[in-house]
Amino acid sequence: MRQSGHAVCIGEDTDTDLIIAGRYLRTKDRTVWAEHVFEDLDPGLASHLEGAIVVAGKNMGCGSSREQAPVAMKEAGAVAVIAPSFARIFFRNAINVGLPVIECEGITCRDGEEITFDLAGGWVEAGGVRHPCRPLSEKMREILEAGGLVPFWRQR
Amino acid sequence: MSTLAERILGAGAGEYVDRQVDHAFAHDGTGVLAHEAWKQMNADLAAPEKLSLIFDHITPANNSTTAGLQHELRDFAEEKGISFSDIGGGICHQLMSEGRVLPGEIVVGADSHSCTMGAFGAFATGVGATDMAAIWASGGTWFRVPESIEISLSGSLRGAAEAKDLALTYITRLGMDGGTYRALEFTGEGAEGLGMSERLTLCNMAVECGAKAGMFYADQTTRRYLREFGHDVSIQKREKAKYIQEVSIDLDDVAPLLAVPHRVDTTAPVEKYAGTHLDQIFVGTCTNGRYEDLARFAEIVKGEKVRVRTVVAPASRSVLMKAIETGVLGTIVASGCAVCTPGCGPCLGAHQGVLGEGEVGLSTANRNFRNRMGVGAEYFLSSVATAAASALTGEITVPEVGE
Repeated sequence: MRQSGHAVCIGEDTDTDLIIAGRYLRTKDRTVWAEHVFEDLDPGLASHLEGAIVVAGKNMGCGSSREQAPVAMKEAGAVAVIAPSFARIFFRNAINVGLPVIECEGITCRDGEEITFDLAGGWVEAGGVRHPCRPLSEKMREILEAGGLVPFWRQR
Repeated sequence: MSTLAERILGAGAGEYVDRQVDHAFAHDGTGVLAHEAWKQMNADLAAPEKLSLIFDHITPANNSTTAGLQHELRDFAEEKGISFSDIGGGICHQLMSEGRVLPGEIVVGADSHSCTMGAFGAFATGVGATDMAAIWASGGTWFRVPESIEISLSGSLRGAAEAKDLALTYITRLGMDGGTYRALEFTGEGAEGLGMSERLTLCNMAVECGAKAGMFYADQTTRRYLREFGHDVSIQKREKAKYIQEVSIDLDDVAPLLAVPHRVDTTAPVEKYAGTHLDQIFVGTCTNGRYEDLARFAEIVKGEKVRVRTVVAPASRSVLMKAIETGVLGTIVASGCAVCTPGCGPCLGAHQGVLGEGEVGLSTANRNFRNRMGVGAEYFLSSVATAAASALTGEITVPEVGE
């Protein structure tokens, strides 16, 4: 799975409340989450996520188990999330909803710059530099390739 | 030769294992999404007797949309014969701690604070909604067996210091992501001297340093606690094990702390912020809403009036019942506090005491993330004693509790 997108840079320890606030959770309407994604971090971000690769600092997605966080990013058009480290529930949730998450160190993020990644190859390319990333387990890649845990389960 | 996490999961650190779980629970928030995902999976329920749905996050419902979502989930629980706790029953973690979870079990909850149940020597961790749906469908899930960090405790808590102050101490030491992918094991004579309520507080906050689990070995304290619920359990003996890191804390040195806005791992002694004006105090949650917490609060405010609006939410109906029977609730109400339905209260920023812009609050909860409990507001986290002392003055106040 090789994909490209423009970088959207966010900081370290971005918690799930900042990704999607608790006040927007009580609905099944995913467009609500897409509309308000990152609102408490930067209200302008949501409109830049279409086709974006979100490049975060360490401990991305810490805090609550709310799956609406990766869903909101995916619904808003984000292609993938790259960070040096992720909070573990967010990491599992992202894979389960079909949003690629890539653990990669040393990327200098520049907003708008094109980024390419290859999950099977285990690398991310940004600013002309290729960075190795931590490989996903085979099962995680299968789930992502199926589009998430629900389609993966239906295929079984 | 294994850590408690390795022993329960039956494999060495770093290995991936598929395991059936002993308990799987979700609440009114995550349950809705789990139900949606489960329906799309076209699957059955593998083991309905292991499942629980517990309404605690927005209880009673705050508007028609929430009510509609809860109605659907309530009907589903009834139709499938799933153990169900409706509004007013209390917080999922508290109910699971009231005689449901036993040492050595594997427990998953669709809530990040599901690590609370590690206090019983169970392996308990939080999962998301779609993971929960797959657990409903299959009865199990995959785990990566975590490396463990030993939190070695000596001495005993003194004066006004509480388990919450100890929790803030270890989180400050490890940092917000210092425990990511790891299990925390609380060991040593200091750990043995802590009661169940305190152990639950410590394990509850394990996720605040990113940990997958926080665990105590079941001992005589665990046995005594579970005997009250009719369970006769064995103690868990420690083996020599390999830890990835060791943190030593002398409980005698633990002092009342505040987590200052907006990070749980950014703490300071209470005196540093003494005198800070407060607009609201909240006492409750899966961290500090147990009977022991309410009793401690009541002991400090007894016969006096709070000077700032104060919201108290018991963690469960049985906590509330006990507080009624012992007079603790009467003391709290007489002091001028507002008492909420047992449940999460304003912790997640949805109802029952959300702060306004520019307001400053003090809470016994576990998270003070920016905007979480009110857009444009600031929240400090503290122990119950600090909350009670501050309630009596309307400003951040160092608690004074005799030895």
